[in-house]
Amino acid sequence: MNLELLGITVLWTFLYGYLIVASIDFGAGFFAYYGKITNKDHIINNLISRYLSPVWEVTNVFFVFFFVGIVGFFPSTAYYYGTALLIPGSIAIILLAIRGSFYAFGNYGSRDNIIYLFLYGATGLLIPASLSTALTISEGGFLSVDDNKVTFLTKELLTSPYSWSVVALSIVSVLFISAAFLTYYADRANDSEARNILRRFSLFWSPPTIIASLLVFVSLREHNQLHFDKAVGEYWWMFALSLICFGAASLLIYQKQKFGTAFVLVMLQFFFAFFGYGASHLPYILYPYITLQESVTNETMATALVIVFILGLLMLIPSLYLLMKLFLFDADYIKGNKK
Amino acid sequence: MELDSVMLSRMLTSMTLIFHIIFATIGVGVPIMISIAEFIGIKRNDSYYLLLARRWARGFTITVAVGVVTGTAIGLQLSLLWPSFMEVAGQVIALPLFMETFAFFFEAIFLGIYLYTWDRFKNQMTHWLLTIPVMIGSSASALFITTVNAFMNTPQGFDLENGKAVNIDPIAAMFNPATPSKVFHVLTSSYMTSAAILAAIAAFAILRGKRGTYERKALRLTMICTFIFAGLTAVAGDVSAKFLAEVQPEKLAAAEWHFETESNADLILFGTLDENNEVKNEIRLPGFLSFLAGSTFDTEVIGLNEFPEDERPPLWVHYMFDLMVSIGFFVFAVAGIYLIMDRIKRFNELNKPLLWMIFAGGPLSMLAIEFGWIFAEVGRQPWILRGYMKVAEAATTGDGVGLTFILFALLYLVLGVICAVVLIKMFKNAPAEAELEQRFPRK
Repeated sequence: MNLELLGITVLWTFLYGYLIVASIDFGAGFFAYYGKITNKDHIINNLISRYLSPVWEVTNVFFVFFFVGIVGFFPSTAYYYGTALLIPGSIAIILLAIRGSFYAFGNYGSRDNIIYLFLYGATGLLIPASLSTALTISEGGFLSVDDNKVTFLTKELLTSPYSWSVVALSIVSVLFISAAFLTYYADRANDSEARNILRRFSLFWSPPTIIASLLVFVSLREHNQLHFDKAVGEYWWMFALSLICFGAASLLIYQKQKFGTAFVLVMLQFFFAFFGYGASHLPYILYPYITLQESVTNETMATALVIVFILGLLMLIPSLYLLMKLFLFDADYIKGNKK
Repeated sequence: MELDSVMLSRMLTSMTLIFHIIFATIGVGVPIMISIAEFIGIKRNDSYYLLLARRWARGFTITVAVGVVTGTAIGLQLSLLWPSFMEVAGQVIALPLFMETFAFFFEAIFLGIYLYTWDRFKNQMTHWLLTIPVMIGSSASALFITTVNAFMNTPQGFDLENGKAVNIDPIAAMFNPATPSKVFHVLTSSYMTSAAILAAIAAFAILRGKRGTYERKALRLTMICTFIFAGLTAVAGDVSAKFLAEVQPEKLAAAEWHFETESNADLILFGTLDENNEVKNEIRLPGFLSFLAGSTFDTEVIGLNEFPEDERPPLWVHYMFDLMVSIGFFVFAVAGIYLIMDRIKRFNELNKPLLWMIFAGGPLSMLAIEFGWIFAEVGRQPWILRGYMKVAEAATTGDGVGLTFILFALLYLVLGVICAVVLIKMFKNAPAEAELEQRFPRK
C-alpha cells in the first residue's frame, strides 16, 4: 500500500471513529433533552450522563485528529477547504464550542439547568448538519476557483437536493446510532424501563435512516455521475453488506435480544457504507481539484507521520481499552453502583 | 487601520488565542498542582490535602471544557483564516501538530478516568498514578504546539521554491533554534500562573474570614509552588532574552527601544516615545541590556536601525515586555516575603496587605501570560514565517471574516461569563469544612 493510500485510510478510519462516538454523543444530547421535556428524564438521563461524562472529551479528539491529520497528509486541503469553508466551518466550531462547554457547565456545575440541556440537545442535531457540508462540497460543484481565489457558492449548496439529502441522512443516522447504543447500554445496566424507551427510539429512527441513504444515492446520481457509477459499479457489494447489517440489527432490536450484537451490526452497517462511499470517492479528495496522488505531502513528512501514527496507536489502544473497561464494560459502574 | 481580510483575520486569531490561553495555561499547570496535593495527602494521610486535590479537580473540569472547545476552534481557524500558511505548515510542521493531538488524546483519556475513579481503587496510590499521564499529556501538548510557534519565529528544515516547500526535514523544523527557550518559558510560566491563581483563591478565602486549617494549608502549598515556579520562570525568561539577542535581535530591540547597535546598552523600564523615537520619562539601568543579552556589560546588542523599516515590529511591544517582567518579579517577591514571614514566628504571614498582594498575584500572572504572548507574537511582525512569508500573504481571501469575528466575540463573551458564574456557584454553596466532614468523617 503506498503512503497516500495508507494516509487517507488512516484518516478515514478516524473519521469513521468520530462518526460513531460523536453520533452517540449528539443523539444522547437530543434524547436527554427530549426526556426532560416529556418528563422521562428520571428514567434515562442518569444513564446517559454516566456514559458521557468520562468520554465526551475523547470524542472531541477524534475530530481534532482528523482535521490535523488531513492538513498534515494533504496540505492543499488546507488551502481549498480552508478558504471555502470559512463561514460553515466557523458555524460548526461555534456549535461545537457551545455544546462542549455547556455539557461541562450542566454536568459538573449547575445540574438540571434546562437552558444548558436545550443548547446541548439542539446543537447535537445542528453539528452533524454543518459538518456534513464538508463532505458535500467534496463532490464538487460548490466552489468556484480562479487563480488566486476560492469562492464558496452558498446558494448552490442551499438549493442542491444532494446537500439536503446528506443533511437528512446525517441527522437521522445520528439518532439511530445513538439510540441503538443506548439501548444496549441500558440493557447492560439491567434498566428495563430505560431500555424500553430507548428501544422505541431505535425502532422509530431505523426506517428514516435507510430512506435517507437511498435519497443520497438518487441525488448523487444527479450531482456527480462519475462517483455514482463507481459506487454502484465497483463497490455495490459494500453497500449490499451495509444493508444486510442494517436489516439484521433492526431485527434483533425488534425481537428484544442481543442488543450488543445489534449495536455491533449497526457499527458494521455504517462501516461498510462509509468506506464504500470513501473508496468510490477516490482518487478525488475534493472533486475535481484535489486528488490523492497529487496532493500528498512530501515523502519524508508522510513517512514521519506514519511512524508517529503507529507509535501513537501503541499508546492509545491500551489507554482506550482501559477507558472502555472502566466505564463501558464494568457492569457495576453502568448500574450506578460506583461513583 | 483598514479592516480588510488580513486585519480581521489577525483580530479574530488574536481574540481566540487570548481567550484560549487563559484556559490552556490552567490546563497545563493545574494538573501538576492537583498531583502534588494528592500525593502529599496520601503520603501524610492528611485529608485536607486530599480534599484540596478533589476540589481543584472539580473546578478544573469546567476550565478544561472551555480549553478543549477553544483549542478546537483555534485548530480549525488556522486553516480557515490562514490557508496559505497552513499549506506550507502542513508540509513542514505537520509532525508536531499531529503529535500534539496524540498528547491531547492521551490526556483526555486519563483525565476522564481520573475524575471518575476517586474511590474505585483499594490502594489510593493507584488513583494518584493516573495524574502522571494527565501531566505528561498536558505538558507534552504544550511542548509540541510551542515547537510550531517556535518554527514560525525561526523557520528551518525546508527551502521555499515558488511558494512550495522543498527539501523538508521534519525533525529540524520541529527542533528549531527557538524551541528550547520557548518551551522552557511556556511550561514554567504556566506552572507559576496556575499556582499563583490557586494561591489567590486561598488568600481570598482567608480574607473573607475563612481562616481554617484547610485554607492555611492550601495557601502554604500554593505559595511554595508559586515561589519555585516563579524562580524557574525568571531563569527561563533570561534564557529567552539571550536567545532573542542572538537569533531574533529585532524582537529584543523593539522590546527595549534599542535603536543603535552598541555595547554597554541600557535597559529601559517603561517611559514614552516622542515622534522622533526619542525615549522620555524612562527608568534607565545603564548597561543592563547588554548584561541581559550576554551576561557581560560589554556585550554588543544589535539595534533596530539595522533592519529595514518594513521589517520592524511595532514599538508598543515594549510595554508588553515590561509589564510581563514586572509582574513576574512582583509575584516572585510576594511569594518570597510570605515564605519568610511564614518561617519566622514573630511575623503574621496572614496580614491583610500581604494577602491582598497574593490575591492580586493570580490575575496579574494571567495578565503577564497574555502580555508575554502578545509581545512574542506582535514582536515577529510583519512575518508569519520569519524571513519567508509575511502575514498579509497568508490570510484568507474569503469573504465574511468580519461576520465570523462578531460571532466568535459573542461566543467568548458568553462562555467567559457563564464559566465564571458556574465556577463561583460550584464552590460558594459547598464550603470546604462541610465537605471535609462529609467525605472524611473524623473517627
